[in-house]
This record gives sequence, structure tokens and C-alpha cells, in this order.
Amino acid sequence: MAKYSDLASVQQAIREGQTSCKALVAFYLEQIKEHQHLNIYLEVFEEEALQKAAALDKKIQESPEKLGKLWGMVVSIKDVICYQGHKVSAGSKILENFESLFSATAVERILAEDAIIIGRTNCDEFAMGSSNENSAYGPVLNGINPQKIPGGSSGGAAVSVQMDTCLAALGTDTGGSVRQPAALCGILGMKPSYGRISRHGLVAYGSSFDQVGIFAHKTEEMALLLEVMAGADEYDATASKREVPAYSQTLEPLQQPSIAYYRSALEHPGLDEEIRTLMEQQLDEFRRAGYRVEGVDFKYLDYIVPAYYVLTTAEASSNLSRYDGVRFGFRDKEADSLEDMYTHSRTQAFGEEVKRRIMLGTFVLSAGYYDAYYTKAQKVRRLIAEETRRLLSDFDFLLMPTTPAPAWNLGEKTDDPVEMYLADIFTVQANMAGIPGIAFPVGKTGEGLPVGLQLMSNVFEEAKLLSFVKQLGY
Amino acid sequence: MTVDEKLISRLEKLAKLDLTTSEKEKLRKELDDILKMVDKLEELDTDGVDPLIYVLEENNVWRKDRVQGQIKREETFKNAPDSDGEHFKVPKVIDIKK
Repeated sequence: MAKYSDLASVQQAIREGQTSCKALVAFYLEQIKEHQHLNIYLEVFEEEALQKAAALDKKIQESPEKLGKLWGMVVSIKDVICYQGHKVSAGSKILENFESLFSATAVERILAEDAIIIGRTNCDEFAMGSSNENSAYGPVLNGINPQKIPGGSSGGAAVSVQMDTCLAALGTDTGGSVRQPAALCGILGMKPSYGRISRHGLVAYGSSFDQVGIFAHKTEEMALLLEVMAGADEYDATASKREVPAYSQTLEPLQQPSIAYYRSALEHPGLDEEIRTLMEQQLDEFRRAGYRVEGVDFKYLDYIVPAYYVLTTAEASSNLSRYDGVRFGFRDKEADSLEDMYTHSRTQAFGEEVKRRIMLGTFVLSAGYYDAYYTKAQKVRRLIAEETRRLLSDFDFLLMPTTPAPAWNLGEKTDDPVEMYLADIFTVQANMAGIPGIAFPVGKTGEGLPVGLQLMSNVFEEAKLLSFVKQLGY
Repeated sequence: MTVDEKLISRLEKLAKLDLTTSEKEKLRKELDDILKMVDKLEELDTDGVDPLIYVLEENNVWRKDRVQGQIKREETFKNAPDSDGEHFKVPKVIDIKK
């Protein structure tokens, strides 16, 4: 069977009788089996996906006028996104066997438009990580080279699209968890503006940062999924009430886009030479096309990662206090006092990185340190957010590398959290400022590893951002 | 800021985590390194800057105070580690000595 990278071709092939939804799902299930060693999926909804496909095939025959916008689209969801009646474990032992009582708003909305969900993908525990090595269910491997990490925390989601086990994937992006694995896997990854898509039904990590993100091969699929999922939601007061443009209908070429980049990011000593070259080539290409391209300085660049880790760990320590073994989740059944039950349950079921971040978050929120760390970081966040938005009112886009280096070897960086955190340097700015960003592939290193760059635009300028990425050939 | 054993013990109590001696020592070093990175924030003058709390700063969202989004009792206990069908059960909280 032909591999499809866009929905229009899928729908055309089905309409012309070359394939059917059921055959398509069967093909993806086969792909999943073939790539089992990559540990992409924690659970495959095999029977259910086949049944839905059969029902959809019937609908195509009998009442095609009732088909939703996403018919024929097979999607995977990251294991932090709730789907009623299905397990969600956040890659953690503490939620092993937890079953969602309701669906995330994003899931409700794609199902209402006839998308088929094929399974839930592996990820770093509670979405904390940049390499997908922090999952309680084992690491995900990069399909291009299984010695390499796929990136994280939505590593399984990225590889699910990379290896054609579905057409698109939903992930979440708190500090780069969609864009970074997309770059390391050679596909598109989008984080919309904060509040563009409801967070209802996401297992919370950093609530003022978390956002549903999308993996796909083409901009059309991202635009369509965004259009379906975005918009106000009475279950999430932080979901924006702004009108949702028909993103898939507005992918028009831009006339004279202006692009800024950070000189210091390009000259960063930690930036891989091959990535630097590819970034310079991209800038040259923009210049040749006659676009306004300017190197600028961002005075807060070195403060982004420190402020980000203070704020997200603080929010995480507070969000993860709900895992106490009382109402749901893992409980140490041996504990004979309430206090021991709380402590033992959490100690036994949380992984190392999660504990590290809870401890750091507890510290920055604790009496005596709150103002010096937490409040300080919130103030720095305002400076960063305002400066970012100011810059993006002078320029249409900001171009950055997505990652300082291509995919590294499994186990290579896990001993040094600071080094691991600093690898997020190019992605966390978008989350700090609440702006959208898309990682797109630009080439490969000599070793054959994918390199992705990243374009960001001002808040709620997804339409412009998607149009420009399409213009680049996606 | 230096992270010592005393601080780690205090954080363990607050976070309800119980680490082994070697884990504590490892974490002490790591937190020390992380805080060194974070101490960089002190360089920035933030006098008169309001902390950013809400990313969007749109108007407050009002809604009618009505009952919705409820789940059935059976569902409530579906994921419970221990329950009698009406209550969540936990180890004894108060022990009256005779």
C-alpha cells in the first residue's frame, strides 16, 4: 500500500476506491507491528480503530454529506491526553492502569470530525524530558537510527508520524516537547499560542506553559487539526475566546515577510556546526528571495532557561501534589499510616526526573525562598514575554535552530541535568512568551540525522506562520 | 545559595518523598548545580516589574454557577486504590489508645 503524507491524497484514494478506511487502518496497524522495537506505542486501540474505520466506510457510501472534516485521518495521541474509557498513564508508574473518565476537549473535537485514534504514544514521565528516556515504560528509539534518542517529551508521538504509523499525532509542548522531537525526527511539529487549544483533559505539568501540539508531514494537516481543536472551552478558563480562523483555508503565500534571527544564537558555542551551516543557508535563501532578514540581539537570551525551570518546576510540584495514593493512582498497600501512605506511594511510583523537578519546585515555592526565586522568575518572564512580543511586532517571524545538536545517543546525557536543561535553550522562549512556533526539517547531518529549524510568530498569528511554512515547501 | 543535607531533608518532608542516602547526596549535588544556573536571574534588575501570572491577560471569564460535568459514584471509585463503594479508604488516621 502507498504511504500517504497528506489527507487530501488519502481522501482521494478512498473516493476512487483504491483503498478504504479499514484498509488504511490495517496498513497502519501493520506499520505499528513492524516498528514495535522502537517502543512508540504504550497501547494500540486495534479493534476499536478497525470498527471505527468500518463505520466510516459505511458512512462514505451511505451519507457522504455527513462526513467530518477529518475523515480518513488516523491520529495517535500522547499518553498525557485523556480519552474517555481508555488508559492514560503519563508515562508514569503512578498512573499505571488509570482510566480516563472523560475525554480531553482536543480529543472530543477531533472525534466529532471523524478522526480515528489509533493508540496512545510513549513519552517522558509527566512530559518531563528532552530525550524520552524518562518513561517508566522504557525509552522510545529514533526510527532513523535506533541508537539515537527521538527527542522528548513527545518522542513516541514524533516517531509515530516519522515511521508512518499514523498520519498525524497530538503531543503536548511545555518547553519544546513537540518542536524538539519533530526536529530530531525530521517532521513538522507545531506548538500553537498558549490558550489557543483548551488544556482540559491534559495531565498537567506546567499549567501556564502546557499546550497541545501537532505532528504532521504537511502544513495542511496541522492547519486542519488546529482549526478543529482550537477555541474557547467552558472547561478551561485559560483557553482563549478569540475567534478561530479557518486556518486550512488561509494558507496563502506571503508577499514580503520579514525575518529576525539572534546573532548570539547563531554564534552560540554550543551550536553544532552542521546545524549552524543549515541555518545560514536558510537565511541566505530568505535573502535571495528578497525578504527582509536581520540579525538582532535578545538581551534576555541567557535568562530564559533558568526562569523557565524555576516556573515549570514550581507549577509541577504543585500539580503533582494530587498524586497521593488516595483517590486514584498507585498506592503503597503496605503503609500503615496515612503519612507513610502518601510518602511511600509517591516515592515508589515517581521516577528520578520527576522527583528532581518536584524537589526543585518545592524549594522555589518554600517559605524564605519564594520571592527570591519564584516571584523573581515571574518578573523575568514578563520581561522576556514583552521583549519577545515587541520584537515580533517589528518582524513577522523569528528563525532559530530548534536544537543545539542533532539526536544524541541513548544514555549520553542523562547524568547531567543542567546540560540536558540547557538543550532546551531555543524552544522554551515560545512557551515563556506564549507565542506559536513550528519546527520544520531543513536537511540532514553528514551522519544522516535530521535537522530542524524553528519559526515563531507573534501571539495568535498561527495563520501567518502556517502559510509561511507551507511557502517553504511543506 | 548552597544546598545542604538539612535543606534536602526539609524538601523531602514538604514534597512527601523519601529518598535513600545515596539519592539524597546525588540530588543535593544536582540541585546545587541547577541553582547555580538559576542564580543568574539575580543579575537582572526587575524593580517595578509586575510578576507575570496570566499569560494571556484576557478579561476574566464568567460563567453561570450551575451543576455540570458530574460523574457517577461508580465512576468516582473506578480508579480508587481502595474503597467501600461509598468512601475512599485510607489507613487509620486517629488511633485511640486504650
